[in-house]
Amino acid sequence: MPSSRGNRHETTGRGDGIDVRLSAAIALAKTTATLSRALRRGGGTTMPGRVARAIEPRVVGLLSRRLPLGTVVIAGTNGKTTTAHLLAHIMRALGHRPVHNRAGANLAAGIASALVEHADLLGRPRGDLGIFEVDEATVPRVVAGLAPRVAVFLNLFRDQLDRYGEIDYIAGRWREAGAGLSPDLVAVANADDPLVVDAVRALPGRLVTFGLEDERYARPVVEHTAEARYCYRCGGAYDYAVTYFGHMGRYRCPTCGVARPAPDLVARDLTLFGPDGAEFTIDAGAGGAARTRTVLPGLYNVYNVLAAVAAALQLGAPLDRAAAAVASFAPAFGRAERATVDGREVRLLLVKNPAGFNEVLRSVLAEGPLPVVLIAINDLTADGRDVSWLWDVDAEMLAGRVGRVLVTGIRAEDMALRLEYAGVPAEAIEVEHGYDAALRRALALATSGRLYVLPTYTAMLALRGVLQRWGAVKGFWET
Amino acid sequence: MTPTLRICHLYPDLLNLYGDRGNIIVLTTRARRRGIAVSVVEVGLGDAIAPDGADLYFIGGGEDRQQRIASADLLRLKRGPLAEAAAGGAVVLAVCGGYQLVGRFYRPAEGEDLPGLALLDVWSEHAGPNTPRLIGNLVIQPDGDAPVMVGFENHGGRTYLGPGARPLGRVVSGFGNNGRDGWEGAVSGHVYGTYLHGPLLPKNPAFADRLIREALARRQPEIVLAPLADALEARAREAVLSRVRRPQSA
Repeated sequence: MPSSRGNRHETTGRGDGIDVRLSAAIALAKTTATLSRALRRGGGTTMPGRVARAIEPRVVGLLSRRLPLGTVVIAGTNGKTTTAHLLAHIMRALGHRPVHNRAGANLAAGIASALVEHADLLGRPRGDLGIFEVDEATVPRVVAGLAPRVAVFLNLFRDQLDRYGEIDYIAGRWREAGAGLSPDLVAVANADDPLVVDAVRALPGRLVTFGLEDERYARPVVEHTAEARYCYRCGGAYDYAVTYFGHMGRYRCPTCGVARPAPDLVARDLTLFGPDGAEFTIDAGAGGAARTRTVLPGLYNVYNVLAAVAAALQLGAPLDRAAAAVASFAPAFGRAERATVDGREVRLLLVKNPAGFNEVLRSVLAEGPLPVVLIAINDLTADGRDVSWLWDVDAEMLAGRVGRVLVTGIRAEDMALRLEYAGVPAEAIEVEHGYDAALRRALALATSGRLYVLPTYTAMLALRGVLQRWGAVKGFWET
Repeated sequence: MTPTLRICHLYPDLLNLYGDRGNIIVLTTRARRRGIAVSVVEVGLGDAIAPDGADLYFIGGGEDRQQRIASADLLRLKRGPLAEAAAGGAVVLAVCGGYQLVGRFYRPAEGEDLPGLALLDVWSEHAGPNTPRLIGNLVIQPDGDAPVMVGFENHGGRTYLGPGARPLGRVVSGFGNNGRDGWEGAVSGHVYGTYLHGPLLPKNPAFADRLIREALARRQPEIVLAPLADALEARAREAVLSRVRRPQSA
C-alpha cells in the first residue's frame, strides 16, 4: 500500500526546504498527464492524481494548504459540478484564480490531479483558492486531507443505490466528516432539504443556510420522489407547508418539532423561463439583496446559484458582484450545455436520478410540446447499474407533449418500455443504439431548431464525444 | 358487469426504493387494456385494512430505517387482515424489503429476532457488517415451462426457505435468496416474495398476467386475459439477458 510506504519514510525525501518527495510526485504526475493526453486516453483527470498519491500520500493536504484563500468543497447528489463551476466563475470575476477539479473527477485522485496540475515542481500553487466537488460517499476521507474553509452541502436524493447504498448511509458519512473538520469551518447547507439539515447539524464551525421563498412555484402535493416523508429524528410524518420538488420545501415535524431553519440566504421574486433560465432576487437579509439572472434552467439550478453565492459571500465576495457574475455564467459539460450542429441547437441536460430527471422534463416542456427529445440511458458503474429508477421518473409528462422520443444507450429498451407505460404511443418511440445515428436522426426531427438531449453520465460522455468529433463542443479537458 | 381488479398498495410513500410503483403501473395498465376496471388504494402508516378489501396486495422495499417503521405498523394493524386475505385466496406480492417483512422473522446482526407477518415460511438474516450486499442483474427460471424472469437485485439480508415455502425459481444468473443455495424468491398459495426488482413486473409480463388472473379468480373465475403485443417488453428482457451474457461491455 502506498500510504504505509509513505509513512515509513516520513522524514526522508526532504532537504533544504525543498520537499523532494512532493516534487517527485508532482513531476511524475505531470508526466502522466502529458502522456495520457498524447495517447488520447482522455483528459488525464484521475491518473496523475493516483501517481502523485502513490509517491506522496499527503499530496492533497500539502498542496491545498498552500492556497492562500483556502479550499471549498461541494457535496450533494445533484448539482455539484454546476455549483463548483459557478463558484469558480464568480471568484474569477473577482480577480481570483481558483483551482478546481474536472467535472465528475470528484474522488481523491481527481482532486489530487487538479492540485498537481496547478502547481509548479516545487509545489507552489498557480492559484489562490481551491474549489472541489466531492463525491458524496467519500466526503469524510477527502475533507480530512483538504481541511476546507467552506463546505457546501446541496441535497440528498437516492442515486445509484447499487454503488452508494442507501441515503441514510450517505447522511451518516456526512455526520462522520465532522471529526476531520476544523472549528473554523463554515458549512453552507440547503435549508429546504431536511436530510441535509439533519446530516450537517452536528458539524463543527458555523452553519449558513440557503433556501427558496416563492410559493408561486410550490407544487400542490409532495412528489413521490420525495425521500423524506418521515422525520429523521423521531419517525413522525413531516408536515410540508410548501414543497418545491422532491422533498425540498418548508417542512416541520409536528411530533418532535424539528423544522426547516430560517435560511440566511433566500431566492425570492422568482421567474422561471422554462429551458432558458431564471431570474430572481438573492436576499441576504441584513447583508442586502441583489437581482440576478441565469441561463441555467429549473428550480434545481436556483438552488445551485444560491449555494455558489452563499459560498462566495463566505470567501468575502460582495453580493452585488457575485450576483452580476452569475449572469455571465455559461453552462458546461453536459449540464445544460449548448452546442450548434448545422444551424440547430443541441442542449445536453444530464439526468442521473428521478428527482433531477423530473425537473429537467418540467423545464424542457415548459414552453409547450416538442417535436422530438433524445433520451440516452446507460447502466455502467458511473450511471448506476440498476435502471429501476426510470420507473420513479414521471415520464407521463411526455405523453401527448412530444412528437417522437428517440432512445439510445445500453438500456434504451428499458426507457422505451417506461415511455410506453407512461402513455407515449409505441409508434412515437424509436430505439436507435448508435449514438451517432441517434443524434443525427433526432436532429433531423428537431424542426423547432432545438434538440434536447437527456443522457445519463456515461451516455453524456459518449454523445459529447460524437459532438466533439463533429466540432460542436470542446474536449472535456478543455472545459 | 365490468370486471374489477382491486389493488392495495401498502406504504407507497415509505417502501418505494427501487421503482416499485412501476409494478402498480404495469398491473393497472395491463388489466385496463383487457377492459378490466382497476382501483388502487394506497395504505399507509396508521391505516387499518379490511381482509376482503382487495384482490391483490403489493408491498415494496425500503431502507432499513423505513423498514423498521413499516414493520411495527404491519404487526400492529395489518397482520390479521392480511393473513385472512391470503388464506382467502388474495394475491400478495412482496418485493425486496417487503419480502423480508412477510417472512417469519428477520435476524439482525445483533439483538433479538424481529417478527414478520409469517405469510411465507422463510426467514432472513443480516449477514454481518462486513459481508457485501448482493447486487446485480438477476435471471431466474421459474418452475414448469414459464419464461425466465429478469430483473435486478440489491439486498444485504439473506433469506432461507422453510419447509412450507417453495422457491419462485432457480437462479440462472445472479445471487438470489442468499447467494448459496441457488434459489430465488418464495411462493406459498398466492403469496409471492422475491428480491427481483427492476421493477419486477414491466419486464416479466407473463408473471404480471398470472398475478392478475389469480387475483381475479376468486370473484370472477370466468375471466380470460387476451394476449397483448408485448414487443417492447420482449426487447427490454433481451437487453437484460444480453447484459448478463456480456456484463462489462458498453
